[in-house]
Amino acid sequence: MRTKPRHPPAGRRRLLAIGTAAGLAAAVPALLIGCERKAAAPSFHGINLTGVGYGRDFHLRDPDGKVRALADFRDKVVLIFFGFTQCPDVCPTALTRAQQVRQALGKDASRLQVIFVTVDPERDTAQLLRQYTTAFDPDFLGLRPEPAELPSVAEEFRVTYRKVPTGSSYTMDHTALSYLYDPKGRLRLAIRHDMPADQLAEDVLGLLGEPSN
Amino acid sequence: MKHLSRLALASALALVALQASAEVSIKDPWVRATVTDQKATGAFMQLQSSSDARVVEARSPVAGAVEIHEMTMVDNVMKMRALPDGLDLPAGKSVELKPGSYHVMLIDLKQGLKVGDTVPLSLVVEGKDKKRETIEVKAEVRPLGAASGPKGPMMHGDGEHKHHH
Repeated sequence: MRTKPRHPPAGRRRLLAIGTAAGLAAAVPALLIGCERKAAAPSFHGINLTGVGYGRDFHLRDPDGKVRALADFRDKVVLIFFGFTQCPDVCPTALTRAQQVRQALGKDASRLQVIFVTVDPERDTAQLLRQYTTAFDPDFLGLRPEPAELPSVAEEFRVTYRKVPTGSSYTMDHTALSYLYDPKGRLRLAIRHDMPADQLAEDVLGLLGEPSN
Repeated sequence: MKHLSRLALASALALVALQASAEVSIKDPWVRATVTDQKATGAFMQLQSSSDARVVEARSPVAGAVEIHEMTMVDNVMKMRALPDGLDLPAGKSVELKPGSYHVMLIDLKQGLKVGDTVPLSLVVEGKDKKRETIEVKAEVRPLGAASGPKGPMMHGDGEHKHHH
């Protein structure tokens, strides 16, 4: 039985070879990085951030005034979302999804720490942050950078935020990605706002179940 | 036949209209609950006008200021803008104020809004003839984690905060 050859015809193959050779020198570093990332996260729904040099750590106060850092949550998957409590739409949706993921995790729920960092510290007091995060889930943690700290925190996490005046007040534009850290405290995935909760739960379980952990 | 279906549509619209004028129907109005110290939240609903019109103003006794906003997502960044000319209601088209799109922003809240409360809203609608009329809406306060309508970016299971109607 003969099957059709899968290779392109000779002429096209030659062109392809020339093109590949020419592009190879420039492409090699990019390819290597691509392969590494792919190998590290073969089947996640989120955007793979393994090995990026940012989002390494934070030192921010919780509503009790205690400074918290990523190392406090070792052995847990950490989900971090940047937002503000007067956000009518995106922030409640992201936190509700996180709460649904915790429900879906069942007995593993305690292995997911959800952190909400405000980009509106002027209006988001420690008390308001606590009221807000715990309204979604008593175990959610709100962290509040001082206004002077916010630019460096945002830069470290590559999140944008901008105060936008509206007629009578102001609103905040901000990055709507959630970040996921593996139990060793390494930034691994960015989660898009429209990713369904069941896919996010799978990614959390994937990180919890990695062999080295 | 054609007449009949138009009649059916008209009566369906009339049924869902909530204290609306002959022109504009408002369906499923709701407001997102707040926590005690929170000073702003969003209101959502579906609007439909029989002729071209525009919502030019919104008011509520629970808020110091009310604005109509549009939310957009650009490169994973959420942006909200007040609509300076109000919200267009093209004739016969359902315009949905929902998470991920338009909302009425209630700012400088005078009190916390608890699930089950009713929030009065007044929408000022301007027709093509520049005539304005005020529509009174009673919006139900739903949980902080409520999503709009039966579909949203939610899980298929039953989350505690999920809200069908």
